[in-house]
Amino acid sequence: MKTDRQVGVVGYGAYVPIYRLEASEVNRVWGGDGAPVEEKSVVAPDEDTVTISVEAAKQAVRRSGVDPSEIGAVYVGTESKPYAVKPSGTIVAEAIGATPSVSTADYEFACKAGTEAMQNCIGLVGSGMQRYAMAIGADTAQGRPADALEYTAACGGAAFIFAERSADTVAYLEASYSYVTDTPDFWRRAKEMYPRHGSRFTGEPAYYKHIQGAAKGLLAETGYEPEDFNYAVFHQPNTKFPIRVGRGLGFTMDQIDPGLVAPKIGNTYAGSTPVGLAATLDIAEPGDRIFAVSYGSGSGSDAFIFTVQEAITWKRGGPKLASFIDRKKYVDYATYLRFRGQIVQ
Amino acid sequence: MRKVAVAGVGLVKVSEHWGKALGALFADAALQAMKDAGTDDVDGLYVSNMSGALMQEQLNMGAHMADAIAKPGLSAVRVEAGSASGGVAFHEAVKAVASGYSDCVLVAGVEKMSDVLPDVVTKSLVMEEEQEYSAYTGVTKAGLSAMLHRLYLDLYAEPSDVGMMAVQSHDNAVGCRHAQYPFRMSIERAMDSPMEADPIHMMECAGVGDGAAAIVLVPADTDGVEVAGTTVATDYCSLPMREDPLTLGAVKTAAEKAYKMAAVKPGDIDLVEVQDDFTINGVLSLESLGLVERGKAAKLVAEGGAARDGELPTNTFGGLKARGNPLGATGIYQVVEVALQLRGAAGDHQVEDAGVGLAQNMGGLGSTCAVTILRRLGR
Repeated sequence: MKTDRQVGVVGYGAYVPIYRLEASEVNRVWGGDGAPVEEKSVVAPDEDTVTISVEAAKQAVRRSGVDPSEIGAVYVGTESKPYAVKPSGTIVAEAIGATPSVSTADYEFACKAGTEAMQNCIGLVGSGMQRYAMAIGADTAQGRPADALEYTAACGGAAFIFAERSADTVAYLEASYSYVTDTPDFWRRAKEMYPRHGSRFTGEPAYYKHIQGAAKGLLAETGYEPEDFNYAVFHQPNTKFPIRVGRGLGFTMDQIDPGLVAPKIGNTYAGSTPVGLAATLDIAEPGDRIFAVSYGSGSGSDAFIFTVQEAITWKRGGPKLASFIDRKKYVDYATYLRFRGQIVQ
Repeated sequence: MRKVAVAGVGLVKVSEHWGKALGALFADAALQAMKDAGTDDVDGLYVSNMSGALMQEQLNMGAHMADAIAKPGLSAVRVEAGSASGGVAFHEAVKAVASGYSDCVLVAGVEKMSDVLPDVVTKSLVMEEEQEYSAYTGVTKAGLSAMLHRLYLDLYAEPSDVGMMAVQSHDNAVGCRHAQYPFRMSIERAMDSPMEADPIHMMECAGVGDGAAAIVLVPADTDGVEVAGTTVATDYCSLPMREDPLTLGAVKTAAEKAYKMAAVKPGDIDLVEVQDDFTINGVLSLESLGLVERGKAAKLVAEGGAARDGELPTNTFGGLKARGNPLGATGIYQVVEVALQLRGAAGDHQVEDAGVGLAQNMGGLGSTCAVTILRRLGR
């Protein structure tokens, strides 16, 4: 998919809470020797998807230099909304000063809700309906105790402000692609506390099929080959999947590794691909080309190609994502349960 | 009784066939077998399936599989004997042709395990055991096999000797197009894998897969592959009821009857396919079949005796561990593989000058066993 007028990212930000739970700590409590990631980020008791979104959004606004009142859309993609009914987007928009002349909504598409928000912002700006539109992917994901997801279900998020391509944008979009089928590999029904998943069904017919479908679709549409990219970011529910799918598509570890943050922070769900994209923008040079593909259960993938512009060199001030990843405090399993509200007074 | 021959065979790769329903998998194998036999004019269908009632909530499987190959009017029945469903279905199908009741029978096994979560697979396996006295305790099939494994280690072998059964099966599977795991596995990887049920490591257990295999049976002619022996035997279902737990009584009885029926001795067997769903079961099967002396099978395997060029070629396409174990279809895979060997059509897996082959398919922990002996005609 290509827009009528070219769209770029004018500012971006990412945020990861300070607390970490090591895989070894889960193993200590439940037995086993799983290590799908080394450790995952843990949300503090006074944080949620909205506060994470606000942190990322404020950084994006600062870096963009845009007057927040000119941002015409704030869309939050998440599967851990603090309110079942009441938008998270309104709180974020209010906090950054984008209200009241603004469109807001929350998007839900499991782990690709964030990139779904990006697709919609790209459409708004590409059509000329809005001058600036902000897409956020953020989550405080839930994992049932002792479930395989408990190792990885983490928190974090990233925000991107889209604008018409100019010398002020840090990267411009070359093309995007969406690939969706009805594949129920992972879900959480209304009023349930934890998601359920179809075990191995979440692999080949779900994650791999959809990422490959979107990636191959976008490569075919643009005529690019994997070697034409400097970076490749894939949805990262664990360490293994993004590496396997990336290498299977023909990308190398040199391309995949810079955007692979899951080993250190876990799976940030709707934040996963946006955070990986932010990690590559933090280190990319003008002219670099980035390939990014999300995955959301249910299922679908969004694929994007961004080319980095000169403005990146002077518009990525402030703390980098790496500083949030390196700044950490470990919690034990009991503290983790308390922070997540799984044990209460 | 008429002599019976294998006229056609069909296989699908054991895998996670997410995009194929039970009937589609079945039809893939069945149509191949009929094409291979040069006829689709079958007058009987035996479907072997173990867990479709639980995993697909599907009963009346004979009619559904006849429907899947567009053969309304066909006499069709499902045979279920736990993990021995394939071998027992084959036995029944042979009897239909041997008796003269049928002239051309299709016997095909199908199982689709990827439709369910792991706990349902575990439940389905232990449903082979006696609910009243064994399964209700919460023990798993791996747990029961682990008791035999422990006893065998105490008396006869080192853990790595038994583990070599899995290593050998993987070696034999390399290059096999219908194998689920056609790659080598080191003994270190097997021994370093987590415990499934102490002392059984995860990499000593067959995995979860979908598959289908089919055979067309006709009255024997002067060439081809004949069914020289086919038997089924049972044993006490509870381990404590058995005089000697390390002798799989059903295997021993079925084998002795099959050797007699085929007029062969254990030493005449050129290759064997055994039930290595857990390494210890493969080891005990070799011994209970009378092919290896008591207490010596693990050592024989560890020393390379089970390789295709060893003294007793075993699981020549990878066995349950590496070819895969789609439960009710497994017994049919075994017979198809033996038939391919005797036809000289095993490609890179060919055992040189194979004339007589044996397939042993076991249900429960040896409570049912089907033994099939195939012979190349004109030998």
